[in-house]
Amino acid sequence: MADKLRSMKEAIADTVKDGESVVIDGFTHLICFAAGHEIIRQRRQDLTLVRLTPDLVYDQMIAAGCAKKLVFSWAGNPGVGSLHAMRRRTESSAKDRLAIEEYSHFGLLSRFLAGAAGLPFWPLKNYNGCDIAKTNEAIKFIACPYTGETIATVPALRPDVAVIHCQRADREGNAQVWGLYGSQKESAFAAKKVIVVAEEIVDTQVIRRDPNRTIVPGIIVRHVVHEPFGAHPSYVQGYYDRDNDFYVAWEDISRDEAKYQAYLEEFVYGVKGRAEYKQKMDAGVLAKLKAKPRMSEGVDYGY
Amino acid sequence: MATEPTPSERMAHRAAKELHDDDVVFVGIGLPNLACNLARATHAPSLFMIYESGAVGCIPERLPVSIGDPALVTDSLAVVSQADIFQMYLQRGLIEVGFLGGAQIDRYGNINTTVIGSYSNPKVRLPGSGGACEIAVHSKRLLVVMRMSKRTFVETCDYITSPGHKLHGKTRQELGHPGGGPTKVITDLCVMDFDGGEMIVTELYPGVTREQVQAACGFSLRFAEKPTTTETPGPDVLRLLREKLDPEGLYLK
Repeated sequence: MADKLRSMKEAIADTVKDGESVVIDGFTHLICFAAGHEIIRQRRQDLTLVRLTPDLVYDQMIAAGCAKKLVFSWAGNPGVGSLHAMRRRTESSAKDRLAIEEYSHFGLLSRFLAGAAGLPFWPLKNYNGCDIAKTNEAIKFIACPYTGETIATVPALRPDVAVIHCQRADREGNAQVWGLYGSQKESAFAAKKVIVVAEEIVDTQVIRRDPNRTIVPGIIVRHVVHEPFGAHPSYVQGYYDRDNDFYVAWEDISRDEAKYQAYLEEFVYGVKGRAEYKQKMDAGVLAKLKAKPRMSEGVDYGY
Repeated sequence: MATEPTPSERMAHRAAKELHDDDVVFVGIGLPNLACNLARATHAPSLFMIYESGAVGCIPERLPVSIGDPALVTDSLAVVSQADIFQMYLQRGLIEVGFLGGAQIDRYGNINTTVIGSYSNPKVRLPGSGGACEIAVHSKRLLVVMRMSKRTFVETCDYITSPGHKLHGKTRQELGHPGGGPTKVITDLCVMDFDGGEMIVTELYPGVTREQVQAACGFSLRFAEKPTTTETPGPDVLRLLREKLDPEGLYLK
């Protein structure tokens, strides 16, 4: 059995190279801020950042100068406002323009699906006559060979790196998730190199006792990182709640370039890693976010 | 407690009225989220709520602060991947009601949530489609919730993110979009239906005149011969909204 357990620093240093395309997946749930922050600390550049919902972590990577291009389908601070670093780099007043490639959720998911399934493209009933297809040349239309109807297609996406945050994994990288999946399975299978980041590292026997919960198998995983609290301010079902107050407060921080850089100095460059970041958190906030147990019965795998 | 409802409360209440028991609804962010949870707490307890995050058959104990809130997962009937949500639930045709808002809407119900100004050099960069385009393509009924102003109700959208009844000269039937297109637009002044694929004002909020509505619209509006007056939410509904569903004022701003 291969022991793939590494520190976040080692995993990012070995896996993410300048100019590569990177997916840090998770939809609201399981967004690995710890990996994004480590990429910033290692001062990676010219990355193509791919994600349905860029969220705060990609905005921080854009503000830190890691990105040359963003591939996405919804760029905002959910329920709160805008991604201000991204806006500063994409609106008409921008000096140093960030390249963008834009889909809807279904379109970008379909790119992952094609990449994960080893197909050149993926069909979807969507986009006909809509401006998304007019402003993105990668979206094309074909006639269905069986019915003749017009079907949109998107090309396969094979990102260089996918980072998958999960509740638990073993040292081989068999990763188990419950709660919202996002597009973790699809982006992991589409990617060339996969890093699994887990709240807990468990014995392989724990994985084997509940195999239906495994969404990423160790055979496609390059490194495993043990990083408790690694998804904050997003959440991990059964571990900690979404820090909504942080998302609300972020609006004010991110509007102001100076406050934004001061945040990065203190919470990203100013710490060695996630453990130190967590130590900076207010004890009251940690207590408030701690998940209240809601256990399920478990199932019988016997035969 | 003030008994006079705010525009947001009127919109949430009116939108909730469009939802019936057992409707399968694709719940969007913001006011639609509140409207769905209001409907479930009042006249439609069996409303079947699906969120694009992958939570199916949700009965959240707290008002979800986002469409990916952990409370949507707890006690739901199923949690599936987003690929499943968009392919097997939405594209497959299981969604009765979809909900959208936006920065701009035109008379055909085309919606812009992408940019103000030109796409390549935007004055304002908005979040983009998210799931909106496919929700507009596939929902059997589409409810739009938006505040009215000349900036938001426009002759021509700067960008069509989500298709209405007619776009760039073609009808949605000609373009092969399976869903029914926008069925109601619920605003802070009035409610519109669609007649021949174009918006028509069918209800006015109490005390609101046709002139006020027209003055808040960037194109020439059609009015039903006798628009009805929209029902005002009663004290029970207001109490529910203010004290139980959204005590922190997340949506009722």
